[in-house]
Amino acid sequence: MDTLTTFLNSFLPEGLATLIVILLKIIAILLPLILAVAYTTFAERKVIGYMQARMGPNRVGPKGWLQPIADTVKLMFKEIITPTNSSKVVFFIAPMLALAPALAVWSVIPFWDGGVLANVNAGLLLILAINSLDVFGIILAGWASNSKYAILSSLRVGAQVVSYEIAMGFALVGVLMVSGSLNLTEIVRAQSGGLFGWNVWPLFGLFVVFFISGVAETNRAPFDVAEGESEIVAGFHVEYSGMAFALFFLAEYASMILISTLTALLFFGGWLSPFGTAMDDIPVLGFLMGDGFHWLLLKAMFFLFCYLWFRATFPRYRYDQIMRLGWKILIPVTLVWIFGEGIAIALGWQPWL
Amino acid sequence: MTFELFIFYVFSAVTLFSAVGVVTARNPVYAALFLILAFFTSAATWVLLEAEFLGVVLVLVYVGAVMVLFLFVIMMLDINIDTLKEGFTRYMPIGILVAVAVAAEMILVMKSKTFDRPIPEAAPLDSSNTEAIGEILYTEYVYPFEIAAVILVVAIIAAIALTLRRREGVKKQDQGAQIRTRKEDRLRIVKMKTEAKQGER
Repeated sequence: MDTLTTFLNSFLPEGLATLIVILLKIIAILLPLILAVAYTTFAERKVIGYMQARMGPNRVGPKGWLQPIADTVKLMFKEIITPTNSSKVVFFIAPMLALAPALAVWSVIPFWDGGVLANVNAGLLLILAINSLDVFGIILAGWASNSKYAILSSLRVGAQVVSYEIAMGFALVGVLMVSGSLNLTEIVRAQSGGLFGWNVWPLFGLFVVFFISGVAETNRAPFDVAEGESEIVAGFHVEYSGMAFALFFLAEYASMILISTLTALLFFGGWLSPFGTAMDDIPVLGFLMGDGFHWLLLKAMFFLFCYLWFRATFPRYRYDQIMRLGWKILIPVTLVWIFGEGIAIALGWQPWL
Repeated sequence: MTFELFIFYVFSAVTLFSAVGVVTARNPVYAALFLILAFFTSAATWVLLEAEFLGVVLVLVYVGAVMVLFLFVIMMLDINIDTLKEGFTRYMPIGILVAVAVAAEMILVMKSKTFDRPIPEAAPLDSSNTEAIGEILYTEYVYPFEIAAVILVVAIIAAIALTLRRREGVKKQDQGAQIRTRKEDRLRIVKMKTEAKQGER
């Protein structure tokens, strides 16, 4: 990257070269992300298929591998229908508002030591803030659709996301207490020292709360009352078709991947290897078993798989039970955990240092 | 004009535009959306001033939580724009008078000696102002901070106490009771002999 910057600087004005390099980095992050989204949808159908003892999609391309491409092409060529008497501007802004935050958050995610677009001081806060914008896309979609199902769904989502954000924020407070930093790279570095250095052991309760509220934040099963098919058809995106619908889809899966990656980064040591530096001296194995992007990928993929697993396993929560779980169980658990953690830090107990 | 200044002007222009939009938009939902935009761009201006903590918290609290609830209320209310705009011309002179008075007061205050002090030196770029604010908030200003928190809690409890009403004879779900139920409370297993098919025996 540095050689590219200096090369561009040799014939371009200074600001422009930096801009081009940043743009290239953004593309390098977003392109694999969008591909990952496409193949997550495929993986979801396959995984759930096998869990229900059926094949899943297997017709398009070898073993069905081209299915997501076919889906994208189909969605792109579909007509976008606007409901009558709806507010057209908001109707089209809503999917963009849902997608933009889901993509923007990736600017502060480190992929390996130093492999980050913007190494922001308050990275964790920034993620929380941008993540909280996600909900506007859904609320506005529900309102602009001029449909009763859609607005009911958007009301549900709004209340649900705002409630679970609190539990999630508290879980993050626990993480920043042990690592003493809001910078994601620093948080991962604080977890070095092999498997037992990871945050998940001293913060197990917060990890569980974080992941549950992450699933609820992304409106996935079993918390997908936003799309409760049996009650409100398809929820906030009943009136959307074609690419406008695809944007919601993209946003949902990008957020899923984000929550999985964040869980890996905050609680499971991110790109750090579970073996620590023990195997670094062995020739080929040392590279594989040492720290690196592949560990982050592996951990994130496991949590992504958990998402699909949950969807195939759990029945949908009833709406009032979702609210009860968020407010009366998850938030008290985090409060007690943070209190205990505070005492441990004040007394200087080992795992919390 | 440096690039930073250019960005500042862009954000300021958007902030002003959206602030005007808040008051002029015909549809209350549009007004709320303009307000969100205004919050967001002012947060961006703060980040530009290297006050990243304030900027992020502004987005997190006001945009992410307060405005969501605000939008809820506006979406659920059936606001009649005609009645809202009624008497606009009648009250306009008073409105202009108030606006001029407020503007004059603001200018007088800003021009006063209290504000006429040198601009403080900016902190170095690599310092974390999240840490700095946290340190001051929990040491020097810990009592005002805690008292503010207590007042907010009191306000929440008061609002709930004012609006909570228990109605008699409503079939409401009691989740605690639902979860506490055991199999024995609901299920009764009756043992009975198998009946013979017709025609047998």
